[in-house]
Amino acid sequence: MAYSDKVLDHYENPRNVGTLDKNDPNVGTGMVGAPACGDVMKLMIKVNDNGIIEDAKFKTYGCGSAIASSSLVTEWLKGRTIEEAYAIKNSEIAEELALPPVKIHCSVLAEDAIKAAVADIKAKQAAKETV
Amino acid sequence: MSLNYFELFGLNPIFNIELATLESNFRKIQSESHPDRFLTASATEKLSAMQLATLANEAYQCLKNPANRAKYLLELQGITAISETNTAMPMDFLMQQMEWREATEDAVSAKDVDALDNLLAEIRVEAKSLQENLVSLLDVKKDYATATDATRKLIFMEKVSEDINRAIEQLDI
Repeated sequence: MAYSDKVLDHYENPRNVGTLDKNDPNVGTGMVGAPACGDVMKLMIKVNDNGIIEDAKFKTYGCGSAIASSSLVTEWLKGRTIEEAYAIKNSEIAEELALPPVKIHCSVLAEDAIKAAVADIKAKQAAKETV
Repeated sequence: MSLNYFELFGLNPIFNIELATLESNFRKIQSESHPDRFLTASATEKLSAMQLATLANEAYQCLKNPANRAKYLLELQGITAISETNTAMPMDFLMQQMEWREATEDAVSAKDVDALDNLLAEIRVEAKSLQENLVSLLDVKKDYATATDATRKLIFMEKVSEDINRAIEQLDI
């Protein structure tokens, strides 16, 4: 199967690979897996006091489309609010990367990773407020 | 042709199948449907022999692999274990997967085949206990919901094992 140029670009030069300090109260972690192919994805976001994402890192073990989807969303996330991040749809990711139908689940994985990371940061903030 | 994969090989539709029976019945269908036997047969007979050979091959590939066999058994119950839109897995399970993946990466960059072999052995132990669970869940308790979770886990274990095996092959060259 041929990958699009954008997928190849992200696959060969993935942006923002790595991790952030998971114990930082301003860092949210989203971890998801795709049972269809056994891919796993970890996305970490660092949010400032105004609710803006300052940094995003990912680690994905999976196919080129899964790596490209997570690399792309780390670029998109920086500078967005967590609400804007939460609103990102897998169809936008799939469209940007021109993913074929059999690889749509890779973009679903990336969307779910964002939602999981946002949920984690919100839970951390809620815990902070009750202290 | 409405035989399911188990019926095709004369097997009971259970997880804990006799692999030797699967193997020998597959070989039998393979030789019975071999094109050499149909050299002088009619076009219809040739076609149906070819279709049988194809079906037997698909069925054999599916049933000999534990994760695929479990997935297929669940499908016979009308359960789709693998939905592309369901990415939720237990957090500790995903953490473990990540750890294995990271350990694999480290071992590959250190060209440490022993470390990869140890990882594989560790994963094999986990996969084996999942398979034992599946025997009980699918064949005895018929607890298909829990079996679905175990099947999903098994697919991840097979993927990580495949990737480690590939890494070992590449290092061995």
